[in-house]
Amino acid sequence: MINFQFSRARDVADAILLLTGHPGAKLIAGGTNLIDLMKENVEQPSRLIDISRLPLRTIEETADGGLRVGALVPNSGLAYDPLIEQRYPLLASAILAGASAQLRNMASVGGNLMQRTRCAYFYDTATPCNKRTRSSGCSAIDGLNRNHAILGASNSCIATNPSDMSVALAALDALVHIAGPSGERTMALTDFHRLPGETPDIDTNLEADEIITAVELPPRGFASNYSYLKIRDRLSYAFALVSVAAVLELEGNAISEARVALGGVAHKPWRSAEAEMALRGQAATVEHFSRFADSLLQEAKARSHNGFKIELARRAIVRTLMQAASATPQSQAHKKIA
Amino acid sequence: MADAANQVPDRIPINLIVNGNRRTLDVVPWTTLLDALRDHLALTGTKKGCDHGQCGACTVLVDGRRINSCLTLAVMKDGAEITTIEGFARDGALHPLQQAFIDHDAFQCGYCTPGQICSAAGLLAEGHAGDADEIRELMSGNLCRCGAYPNIVAAIQQAMSRP
Repeated sequence: MINFQFSRARDVADAILLLTGHPGAKLIAGGTNLIDLMKENVEQPSRLIDISRLPLRTIEETADGGLRVGALVPNSGLAYDPLIEQRYPLLASAILAGASAQLRNMASVGGNLMQRTRCAYFYDTATPCNKRTRSSGCSAIDGLNRNHAILGASNSCIATNPSDMSVALAALDALVHIAGPSGERTMALTDFHRLPGETPDIDTNLEADEIITAVELPPRGFASNYSYLKIRDRLSYAFALVSVAAVLELEGNAISEARVALGGVAHKPWRSAEAEMALRGQAATVEHFSRFADSLLQEAKARSHNGFKIELARRAIVRTLMQAASATPQSQAHKKIA
Repeated sequence: MADAANQVPDRIPINLIVNGNRRTLDVVPWTTLLDALRDHLALTGTKKGCDHGQCGACTVLVDGRRINSCLTLAVMKDGAEITTIEGFARDGALHPLQQAFIDHDAFQCGYCTPGQICSAAGLLAEGHAGDADEIRELMSGNLCRCGAYPNIVAAIQQAMSRP
């Protein structure tokens, strides 16, 4: 880890002022990913700005019946919040599928959105990586890419976003509240993360002098028909090979709304509005869900070692939608997949 | 490396309440809580395993919540109450979790044990684990390379049943 300066922000405005005044500075909250990356010399901030004591730790009702979650609410605080458990159980389930209890106690909601890929080449400073150093090359494309993207990748980068929380937030149409030098703005969670394109070093559409202040959950939580299914190499405490967040609104057995977001397969949570629209009015059957899965994975592309993820994703999508339809969501403690 | 980072910043004075005792120390910003405990305060019960948050050997309680001390900067915990394994026994009497780990032979080499016990204390305080599957899942952040997992789960179940 390199030497760095340390400041503690007094309030959000002070954090933004410190960011604008110190190019090369980074915000730190839980630090679970940033400190790890600093130990590997992947991140080399000149200064850390401690925002962990800012008053962004509340979960509040919004006027329209949703919830506004402060950016510094710990992942565990969000997952076990009674309002989240009752109204947004998909989100609680996805968070509890990720990391460990210790890390969830430390990691913040805003930091979860900012966490970086776990591509082994990104972490290994001895290898070229376009995400670490622009235009240096990608070691994964012809390397060990078993865990890598099957959707939305580019010739510059095939890394995946590692977050479970973001996958649920994408399915719930969450919003990200952002503050910067020119005021506040709101962005759809599905627009927050970027596809790699030619600039995989830029993970998100957050500007360098901006700070996430909250995540907003719209009123509809789909608490009756949901499931989060995470497929990984070991049963606990591992990143997803494929994960699926699915929510349904049913009238009888007919689907009036379906939303599905995939994790572990792309540079951002993966959704398809067209595929979801095509499910409307259909019966909740394996056949229709299979057709949906084919549509969602239409543009999937296998690399040398990750072709299995396409079929894995297809089956996981069908299984998760059936779990949602039958109101038997995947348990994150009892691992048998129903 | 930016110019600012080339200057070594002044040490920053911080206070930690460690196992009930107020300790004052001067740290550089990049000192992790783990290194502060081990190297500044000579509390070597807390172990440095992977130093990347993957093994759980560095688990301590901060303000009553279990965290990985290797991924925490000491300077960010100024004023916090820290409990390490050295703070578990009271007046020579073992903590119920310590006794349960002995009763169930829940370790072999013992290197992961301080982290396991601190993590288990956090788990008990959180109150989200009922059955063995839930204990296993919520203890998944603590690796035991000797493979004492069945006995660790049994020890935690004993501590849960005898609060």
